Amino acid sequence: MSLALPAPDMARAITRISHEILERNSGSESITLLGIPTRGAHLAARIASNIEAIEGRAVQHGTLDITLHRDDLRLRPPRALMPTVIPSLGVEGRNVVLVDDVLFSGRTIRAALDALGEIGRPQTVQLAVLVDRGHRELPIRADYVGKNLPTSQNQVVRVQFTELDGIDLVSIEDGPAQ
Amino acid sequence: MKHLLSIADISKSQAINILNTAEELARASDGPMKKLPTLRGRTIVNLFAEDSTRTRISFEAAAKRLSADVINFSAKGSSVSKGESLKDTAQTLQAMGADAVIIRHSASGAAVRLAESQWMSGAVINAGDGTHEHPSQALLDAFTLRRHLSHGAEDLAGLHIAIVGDVLHSRVARSNVLLLTKLGAKVTLVSPPTLLPVGIESWPVTVSYDFDAVIENVDAVMMLRIQLERMSEMFFPNAREYSRYFGLNSDRLRRMKPTAIVMHPGPMNRGLEITADSADSARSVIVEQVTNGVSVRMAILYLLLAGATEGEGVTA
Repeated sequence: MSLALPAPDMARAITRISHEILERNSGSESITLLGIPTRGAHLAARIASNIEAIEGRAVQHGTLDITLHRDDLRLRPPRALMPTVIPSLGVEGRNVVLVDDVLFSGRTIRAALDALGEIGRPQTVQLAVLVDRGHRELPIRADYVGKNLPTSQNQVVRVQFTELDGIDLVSIEDGPAQ
Repeated sequence: MKHLLSIADISKSQAINILNTAEELARASDGPMKKLPTLRGRTIVNLFAEDSTRTRISFEAAAKRLSADVINFSAKGSSVSKGESLKDTAQTLQAMGADAVIIRHSASGAAVRLAESQWMSGAVINAGDGTHEHPSQALLDAFTLRRHLSHGAEDLAGLHIAIVGDVLHSRVARSNVLLLTKLGAKVTLVSPPTLLPVGIESWPVTVSYDFDAVIENVDAVMMLRIQLERMSEMFFPNAREYSRYFGLNSDRLRRMKPTAIVMHPGPMNRGLEITADSADSARSVIVEQVTNGVSVRMAILYLLLAGATEGEGVTA
C-alpha cells in the first residue's frame, strides 16, 4: 500500500475544487451539486459545506444513484440501490456538477449522464473528482480534479472518508494479479 | 436468489433487501424517471392459468417500467391434464427464450414444479399457486405496513396485525403469516372455525373467533376476500351473518386505534367482508397497496434479473 493523499492534502484538494467550481460558474447561485453514492455523495456534501463557508449561503446539493443505468449490471450479482435525492430546484436549466471520488473507466459517469437525462435538461453538466487515475474507456474527462494519480490497471485506489471509514485518506493498493 | 416461490424460502434480511430496493424504485418512478433501462433485452412471460387483474397488470407494469419485454400467456381453457400442460407450456417458453416466468396457477405447488423441473432455465416467480402462497402480495403488504407504521425501522417489530376472514382458502394469508412474523410482527387470525385450515395450532399466530375483542388492539386489519369460487360446501350460514360477525363496518372502524390502517388484497366483495364506507374511509390504504405492488414487483424483477444470471460469466 502506498499513501497517495493524506488528510491535510485531501482537505486542500477539496477546498481548491470548491473554489474552482465557484470561479467557473461565477458564484454558487446556478450550481447544483450531485454526488454519486456512496463516496461521491460524501465528497459532494464536503464541497457544499466549503462553498457555503466561502459564499455565506447554501448551495443546492443532492445525490444521484446510477445503478439502474449501469452497463455492467449483468456481470455481477444484483447490486443494492442507493438513494437519489434531487434538491428543491431540480436540474432543469442548472449548472449541474457531478461529484465522484475516483474517475477510472468513465462508465459510471456515462451512466450518470443517462440518469441525469431522465430527470431533466441541465444548462451544463460538469464533473468533479477527487482522484483521476487514468485508464479511460470512454471519451470522458473531469472539469475539476483533486489529484491525478498514475496507476496500473490492477491497482486499487481506495478513498476513505471520516464519516464512513473513520479517517480521511487516499491510498493505492496492489490488487489481485489479472 | 434465483426464483421467488415461497416466503418460506427467503430470509429476513432478503425480505428487508426487497423492501429497501422497492423503496428506492418507488422514489425513482415517483419522479419524472418513469422508464428505466435496467432490464432492456430481458423477456418476461406472464403465465396466468387463473383469473387475475391486478397481479398480472401489476407485474406487467413493473416489467415495462424496467424496459423488459413482456409476453402475456393465458393458459386458460386448456383441456390438457395439469402436469403435461405445464411441461409443454414451459418448453414452449424456453424455446422462446424467456428469462423469467411469472406463474399464477390454481394448483398449489405449480410454481415449485416449474422451478424444479429441467423444462426451462429462467427464473420462476410465484404469482399465486392454489391455496398455497402469494409471496409478492405479502411483500407489498409488508411494504405498505412498513411505510405507515414502522417509524423508520427496517422491520415490523412490535406491530400487531389482524388477518380477518377466509384463511382456509387464502394464499395471501399464508404468505403474510410467514412474512409478517419473520419481520417481527405479531399476527392474530380472526375467522370462523370452519374457515381455518387443519393444523392451524402449529402456525406462529394467535387465533380468535371474536373480531370485536381484537379490533381495538391492532395496528392494522387485513381483510381477506370470501372466495366463493373455491367454496363447494357451506362454511357459514349466510352472508348477512358472516358480515355481522366478521365483516369490517363503520362501528368497528371507529373503535380501531387512531393510527390503525385497513388493508385488503382485492378484489373486494363490498358489503360482505368489508362495507363500502370502510373500504373508502381515510384509514383505508387499499388503493395505495396497488401502487406499492408495482414498486415491490419492480424490486423482485430487479433482484432476480438485473444481475448476472446462469450462463452469463462473472468477469469484472
